[in-house]
Amino acid sequence: MTIAGAPAITTSAGRPLGGRRLPLDWLGAVPFLVYVAIFLFLPTAIIVGGSVLDANGSLTLVNFAHLSRDYIVKTTLNTIGLSAVTALAGATFGALLAYAIAVGNREGLVRRLTLSVSGVLAQFGGVTLAFAFIATIGPAGFLYLWLAQHHADIYAHSLWLFELPGVALVYLYFQIPLMVLVFLPALDGIKPQWREATESLGGGTWHYWRYVAGPLLAPAFLGATLLLFANAFSAYATVNALINQGQPVISQQISGALSGEVGTFEPGFAKAIAVEMVIIVTAVTVLYSLLQRRTSRWLQ
Amino acid sequence: MAAVRRGVQGTRRLKLQVFRIIVFVAAGLFFLVPIGAMVEFSTRGVGDQPRTLAAWQSIGTYPDLVAAITASLELAAITTIAMLVLLVPTMVWVRLKLPRLNPIIEFICLLPLTIPAIVLVVGLFPIYNWMGTNFSDSILTLSIAYVVLVLPYAYRSLEAGLASIDVKTLTEAARSLGAGWFTVMWRIIVPNISSAILNSAFLSVALVLGEYTIANNLLYNNLQVEIAMLGRANAGVSIAVAVASLLFAFVVLVLLSFFNRGRGRLQLVELQQVMRTERG
Repeated sequence: MTIAGAPAITTSAGRPLGGRRLPLDWLGAVPFLVYVAIFLFLPTAIIVGGSVLDANGSLTLVNFAHLSRDYIVKTTLNTIGLSAVTALAGATFGALLAYAIAVGNREGLVRRLTLSVSGVLAQFGGVTLAFAFIATIGPAGFLYLWLAQHHADIYAHSLWLFELPGVALVYLYFQIPLMVLVFLPALDGIKPQWREATESLGGGTWHYWRYVAGPLLAPAFLGATLLLFANAFSAYATVNALINQGQPVISQQISGALSGEVGTFEPGFAKAIAVEMVIIVTAVTVLYSLLQRRTSRWLQ
Repeated sequence: MAAVRRGVQGTRRLKLQVFRIIVFVAAGLFFLVPIGAMVEFSTRGVGDQPRTLAAWQSIGTYPDLVAAITASLELAAITTIAMLVLLVPTMVWVRLKLPRLNPIIEFICLLPLTIPAIVLVVGLFPIYNWMGTNFSDSILTLSIAYVVLVLPYAYRSLEAGLASIDVKTLTEAARSLGAGWFTVMWRIIVPNISSAILNSAFLSVALVLGEYTIANNLLYNNLQVEIAMLGRANAGVSIAVAVASLLFAFVVLVLLSFFNRGRGRLQLVELQQVMRTERG
């Protein structure tokens, strides 16, 4: 406590020693800045730098040229398709659910319950979620067995739960609640007066949705869909728990090139795929925030 | 005319009610059945035998699994403490002394949200290789990376806590009474933002226990990686552990929303972001 008095005096006297103290003040932020420099900025630099270096450390674009390999193009398209389908389906079902919540009592129990459940389920992903679906409609799941007993073999053609369609179904489990969370504020922004105004001008339900609520909600809906797309695009754990072979999505290709478990160990190539992924996710996220800004103009 | 109007509105309200009930029932089935199915699966008897808790009871007989559970719990504790020690003093100090640095700190803390975990792991790979040869290759080193993952959520909830108190006045009052900086932090700031600290701790525990991507790619067997591996050998046990970890996460999150009451908007943002990392 010996030094305790000195700063108190300087504080009460304004900042007479400001010139001398300023450089020392910076020291307080140093531990944090050093930490993020080593474990956040250095990894980022390693990715960006490493993607343009070959094994000998000289500049090259060969890692990016490898992105045109057939299987990378295929997995990129797979991932875009998977993300688009789960984003659209998740957005549609999520919007319906959000609407069902929005038209109810604002202070009601149903709303609070569904909202907090959505908050929890939107986080539910990864290995546990994959297992939940395996336990339900997997080859030993009770729903599958029950259906099979009733002559409805859902795997008559292929074991699709462990292929991309199955992954899409499982993704909906977190995409729908996420949509509810993101889209409900927009629905809450719709004012009942707008409907009354439409009706007083002779418009029916169709007119209201087509010319009033629809255009107002469109940017919010589109923006939320983009967020869902980015969410699915960067996912790894869930799909990896379902599909062990073939690595059909881009995040698994990154993992493959990094570990060399399946193909060859190509750290530079892993970095190039990572850069590709970041570029796509960033582009989508920027679009999302632009649409979000547009939404907030009307719906607050 | 008024009667007709009321009739139209009555029909519309009825339609709306039917629509709501259909939507809620369908959503309820889709979201509850898989969780129930896990419980069902993990209590199945072999063949025609009756329901049994054998899978649950045998959790302790898998040494790898026990090791993974212990490691994940330790990781959760270390990550949470390290995050608090790193973040709370920095945020208070920046607020008091370096207000111009505040937006930069915020930007840095939110940055991990924009980097998918599978991408971050690519950059961490050589760093962990180097650490493994020069310092330690213990699984507990994962907590270093987890602190980075936790930063955005921890920052948000701590920021909300600090914004709700007058840090400057409290600190100046304490300092003028002769308190040192440690006393100010420990006995003035921390008690005043205790619920925000608790919040950020819950979020960080939930995130660490659910983390799979980084551990799997750095070849460490944490809880989720072990559950996934065990799933190929003994589905019953691994699903039992999965249910247990899920229940634990649910409890943590219910506690979280309990402490977060009245700040619905913040909670919403946090939650929708945590899951992205957890899954990533």
